[in-house]
Amino acid sequence: MADVKIDKTVDARGAACPGPLMELIKAMKSEDVGTVVEILSSEKGTSVDAPAWLKKVGQELVSVEQKGDYWSIVAKKIK
Amino acid sequence: MAKRIVIVGGGAGGTITANLLARNLHHELTTGQVVINMITNTPDHVYQPGFLYIVFDKVRSEEIVRKQRDLLDSHINLFVDPATKIDREHNVVHTQSGKEYPYDFLVVATGSRIVPETIPGLAEGGHFFYTLESAKKLRDALKDFEGGKVVISVGVPHKCPVAPLEITFMLYDYFKHKDMLDKVELQYTYPINRLHALEPVANWALPQFEGKGIKYEVLFNMEEVDPVKKVLKSMEGVEMKYDLLITVPPHKGAPVIEDSGMGKNGWVATNKQTLNNESYTNVYICGDTTDIPISKAGSTAHFEADVIAERISSQIQEGSTSTRYDGKVVCFVETGFDEATYVWFNYKNPPKPTPPSKMLHWMKLGYNRLYWLSAKGVL
Ligand SMILES: Cc1cc2nc3c(=O)[nH]c(=O)nc-3n(C[C@H](O)[C@H](O)[C@H](O)COP(=O)(O)OP(=O)(O)OC[C@H]3O[C@@H](n4cnc5c(N)ncnc54)[C@H](O)[C@@H]3O)c2cc1C
Repeated sequence: MADVKIDKTVDARGAACPGPLMELIKAMKSEDVGTVVEILSSEKGTSVDAPAWLKKVGQELVSVEQKGDYWSIVAKKIK
Repeated sequence: MAKRIVIVGGGAGGTITANLLARNLHHELTTGQVVINMITNTPDHVYQPGFLYIVFDKVRSEEIVRKQRDLLDSHINLFVDPATKIDREHNVVHTQSGKEYPYDFLVVATGSRIVPETIPGLAEGGHFFYTLESAKKLRDALKDFEGGKVVISVGVPHKCPVAPLEITFMLYDYFKHKDMLDKVELQYTYPINRLHALEPVANWALPQFEGKGIKYEVLFNMEEVDPVKKVLKSMEGVEMKYDLLITVPPHKGAPVIEDSGMGKNGWVATNKQTLNNESYTNVYICGDTTDIPISKAGSTAHFEADVIAERISSQIQEGSTSTRYDGKVVCFVETGFDEATYVWFNYKNPPKPTPPSKMLHWMKLGYNRLYWLSAKGVL
């Protein structure tokens, strides 16, 4: 994790709608291949849902980390 | 010299901001200390939520289109001349006709637009209802539809997060009224792992879907459409046959944003409380074109417009400002042809929907008319 450079962070903490998973989908669809995106979420569910979706669509999960009262999900667009 | 305020985009956010500024700064405007110039790209102002009702023949286009000039305070100058470049280093907006509009304060409210062309086959194979023409085309296709599988699918990102559910419930009632429910299969799909982004709305919708026999597939993100075989494919690997495909295509911001180097895909970096564009304290971003991770909705644009108008007025009159946007969004959700529900939330308070009622439906219909007062800054 320490050596991965994050290109973009979306702070979706407290964002009820469209919410962290939709922000991740948006980033994976619109960023360039190779981009590393971090999504911050205050919903515990995102720490499970986001990795599951990334796996389903074949994108790379870099890390999931709890940071106090929120979660950081880092993903890389690989295709 | 007069302080110049330039507003780019004469939709919901731009119009409300302009009219509120004209009210707050009435004295400065009438004494020549302030000038407000609005730059937009069409002489008409369209009430977009009306498209949903066009689909079901419930309103006519004349009811949802007004002249932009008629909505603006007479002290506001209106230029129908699309902005082609926003130059934040020199505080000037360039337009298609070659004119330059220098500013002391700038409000960018250029909205968002559908880009079906970003999904192969979608423009040819899918119906939409996010423009007046496409809503009319869908209305006509529905009139001719004799039965089969109707697939509803949703692109990311998109404005009006409640519209996909609303169109689904309204389609159900439409086919019910036409006595066609036995001939039609309604299949809803949604990008994330529940029926709607707002969890309480998703929880409420689930038993409704089950009771009405509406099928659903979640974690479904459109990847490709085969308009000949009539198949929609998702990024998640699901293939779905359809007879009628109704979609909310993915959105982008206005081309002028990317052309001005202000943000990829037309989304502008915006401080979620001050609504300033990055470090530019004289540049404000309003409505759909912000990159704030909240609902792209008319109500969002409206509450942001309140904050922006207050901040600019205070910066001009008092030299500083402390007003902040708290993330407030309010949505009425049509749950069929005669009931609706209502949700509100902000950065700190999650949404709690009210049980659907006929009264909330009438309130939504009422708001469809009252919108024109909102745009004028009265409501
Ligand atoms: C079918 C549908 C249903 C909806 N229902 C609801 C609802 O129930 N509740 C709700 O709150 N919201 C709803 N919305 C969303 C709402 O209409 C938008 O979120 C709102 O209009 C956003 O306001 P805005 O000012 O950011 O953009 P807009 O209102 O889209 O205005 C943008 C303006 O900028 C102009 N423009 C663009 N490029 C340029 C340029 N280069 N130069 C000059 N001008 C330019 C455009 O012509 C337009 O006038 C709905 C939308 C649709 C499509």
